[in-house]
Amino acid sequence: MTTDAAVRERGDAGTFARAGALLQRNGVLLALIALIAFGATRYDGFLSAYNVASVLRFNSMFGLVALGMCFVIMTGGIDLSVGSVAALASVVAALISPLGPGPALGAAVLAGALFGLGNGIIVARTRIQPFVVTLATLLAARGLALTLANNTSVAVSYTSGFTFIGQGDVLGVPVPVIILVVAYVAGSVVLNFTRFGRHVLAVGGNEEAGLLMGLGVTRVKLAVYTMSGALAGLAGVILAAQFGAGQPTEGLGWELSAIASVVVGGTLLTGGIGSVGATLVGVLLLGLIFNILNFENGRGVISLSAYWQSVIRGAFLLIVLVLQNRLTRRRDEAARA
Amino acid sequence: MAAARDAIRTYGAFVALVLLVLYNLVFTPNFVSAQTINVNLTQVATIVIVGVGMTLVIATGGIDLSVGSLMAISGALAGIILLSSQPPFDNPAAKVAAAFVLPVLAAGAFGVFNGFQVTRLRIQPVIATLVLFIAGRGIAQVMTNGNLQAFRNESFQYIGLGRPFGIPFQVILMLAIVAIVAWAMRATIFGRYVLAVGGNERAARLAGLPVNRVKVAVYAISGLLSGVAGLIVISLNSSSDANQVGLNMELDAIAAVAVGGTPLTGGHATVVGTLIGACIMQLTRYTLLAHGIPDALALVVKAGIIVAAVNVQRQRSS
Repeated sequence: MTTDAAVRERGDAGTFARAGALLQRNGVLLALIALIAFGATRYDGFLSAYNVASVLRFNSMFGLVALGMCFVIMTGGIDLSVGSVAALASVVAALISPLGPGPALGAAVLAGALFGLGNGIIVARTRIQPFVVTLATLLAARGLALTLANNTSVAVSYTSGFTFIGQGDVLGVPVPVIILVVAYVAGSVVLNFTRFGRHVLAVGGNEEAGLLMGLGVTRVKLAVYTMSGALAGLAGVILAAQFGAGQPTEGLGWELSAIASVVVGGTLLTGGIGSVGATLVGVLLLGLIFNILNFENGRGVISLSAYWQSVIRGAFLLIVLVLQNRLTRRRDEAARA
Repeated sequence: MAAARDAIRTYGAFVALVLLVLYNLVFTPNFVSAQTINVNLTQVATIVIVGVGMTLVIATGGIDLSVGSLMAISGALAGIILLSSQPPFDNPAAKVAAAFVLPVLAAGAFGVFNGFQVTRLRIQPVIATLVLFIAGRGIAQVMTNGNLQAFRNESFQYIGLGRPFGIPFQVILMLAIVAIVAWAMRATIFGRYVLAVGGNERAARLAGLPVNRVKVAVYAISGLLSGVAGLIVISLNSSSDANQVGLNMELDAIAAVAVGGTPLTGGHATVVGTLIGACIMQLTRYTLLAHGIPDALALVVKAGIIVAAVNVQRQRSS
């Protein structure tokens, strides 16, 4: 999954940079493999089709949000509004679900994309920091979601086939997982094999240089925020279809777990460097912690409440940050030498 | 003409607040009543107290996302102490003293940890404080097993329910904190250091300023003030709920700072501005509610205000 990772070395950082980046990237993958191996040897049924499917089905929403976040962060921006946008989209999807899965999906993703486009326009035009802009639109999306939903959750139609998007399977593979895989493959292709992907990294690496080279910096920004909004919208559709209701109060803190996944995946918050595949690995790593906690409790030897998962996730994030920091510093020193 | 425009930008937040008050004086029935004023000030107090710490952190070019989680930790610890009958907490006076002091110190210690990450580990502030944003609420939930801790303790709850001279105690506390920190930013070396670090960290370092110590100090202060705010919230509710205390506080505090006129890039700070910013947000919400606009739509208006305010200030700085 990480072979598609795009890592762009800056300047003359050379082979050390490449080695460091390789370690950084594969370090996360190794950690994921180790965690899976640990779970597989320790718990019965850890690798059962049921467990794998349910972990992936649940984490598909976070994966989609993190993919959009990854692109935004690669341009040096950030999108705090994704959780609220997902909630808004889940309400839109639920309201339109009686018309069938197609219209509901289309309307919700469109709503998310339009909201993201709004973010992009404000960021690009006013040049206010993305952090502040999307903090404000986080509130706005939540307000719109609550207004549309009349302050309560909106039941979806169970007769129109809408719930298939969240609960259905195709050849035994959950539909949300198929959506997730398609999105990541597309994202990876866009980042690594298109001019747009190069531009995203260029804008994040050095915006001024990007401007001087005549890259459409504004257009790149509009595109990544629109993408992030659309993917958050897609996550909202899955949310509504999986749990049978549009939920205007859901998505709290999604933005921060998405950022954590992106960072764990080795994408630098300063922009210019990033990997789509490693972001997915980051999502799965953070998601598996909860799953393993459940299995561990099932063994009955120790009993940790579900609340431990946030503590462990936080600690895990810290460890990754410290390791990354070491690697980057060593790389900087190597570059100077 | 240019001078007038300058004044509006400099005192923009203040002018906006005055206009809001004037509007309410004319159009909102019963606006001038002790109850209305008290309700609004009570609701704004915790945001201002946390916002003051946030102002200092932002002035150094950082940000603190962990404030809400630290409030939850402080609230959870105070709840545990208040419900405990183990010595030395079997003594009522010791219990109340411990319930005030220990939670605030604990939150301060977590603030030091934030500062440690930012200085020693050189992690970006957004991400560094994200660690405790995630883990902090988990710690509070683990401490209380996610249960609601209901308590009743008049001396402790004075911080949230006391009314000396008819003024809510937390409002007095808020004004005192604003006054002290505003003074410290103007008149002490520490205040100068904070601005210098945020203005140009490299220059500050070369000039021999204790950059790391200043940074650790502002995160510690932010933690301490979050701890105080946590105590106020649980006193008001007569219960501590680790799942709820301080939820979304980081957003409200950052919004108050931004609307109040402190640029998020660091190097400048207005503590009184943060007070005004928080009042603007609160009064806007009140005005909309008083005129029958639902809370959900008020959120959309809030978003517009934040963007507009920051945009005006950004033009000022350039």
